[in-house]
Amino acid sequence: MIEVHVILVLMIIGAIAAIEIEDMLSSVIAMGAVGIGLSLQFLLLRAPDLAITQLVVEILSLIILIKATVGAKMPEEKFKARIGYLIFALLFAAAFLFFSEQALRELPGFGSPLMKMGSEYLAEGLKKTGAANMVSAIILDFRGYDTLGEATVLFTSVIGVLAVLRIMRKRA
Amino acid sequence: MSLYILCFILFLLGFYCLLVKQNLIKKIIGFGIMEYAINLFFILLGYRWEGEAPILDKHQVIVNFVDPLPQAMILTSIVIGLGVTALMVAIVIRIYEKHKSFDINEIRKLRG
Repeated sequence: MIEVHVILVLMIIGAIAAIEIEDMLSSVIAMGAVGIGLSLQFLLLRAPDLAITQLVVEILSLIILIKATVGAKMPEEKFKARIGYLIFALLFAAAFLFFSEQALRELPGFGSPLMKMGSEYLAEGLKKTGAANMVSAIILDFRGYDTLGEATVLFTSVIGVLAVLRIMRKRA
Repeated sequence: MSLYILCFILFLLGFYCLLVKQNLIKKIIGFGIMEYAINLFFILLGYRWEGEAPILDKHQVIVNFVDPLPQAMILTSIVIGLGVTALMVAIVIRIYEKHKSFDINEIRKLRG
């Protein structure tokens, strides 16, 4: 799995670039590079549906973010990360990684998942739902209510966006 | 194990950006990076060595599928992430219209 490691390190570099670049448009584009890396990761980890969805969602959110930043005045960064903040951040990161390492020992290792539910779905899925793609069988049949909730959240956020932007237009 | 730790480092980078940066767009970017790290972590948990994508084949019997359950969950999560990002950007655009700035210090100064 060396390629997954390489792409993950590239994603971390892209994230550092996105965080530290002063120019906002470049920063947004660096975040898009991280998202494309994530899409590649999904493809390598045998999740093609997720790779397609991630690609589409990444392009859409990039367009939304560019719409917000383009033509906007760039604020110069007045707040410089002082050395005290940096030390505190590093200490916090070290503590977080230490405890997460302790917690990760309890999980099954990489490459050998538990699959308590998953094996059941794989064995019974075709007979019960008639779908060859198990991911779509799960989201549309076994866990259809989850997908209904997802659609509700999505429409709520659309209504929220419309409400927020509509008031702006009325005033202008 | 090293993959999980790298994934957590990505999460921490997003968290740092969300907490420290003063620019609202940077905060949204940090939130997005955190979201990517969590999605990736779940898919890593479901991976199996030499696994195949969970799509059945008529002509051959495949036994080593990866876990389809995290993939289904994360599919939902990715789409909800888009909705959350769109809502945050809409509110930030509104704030920019009012205060002409993305800097949270400026916005706090201009209150009232």
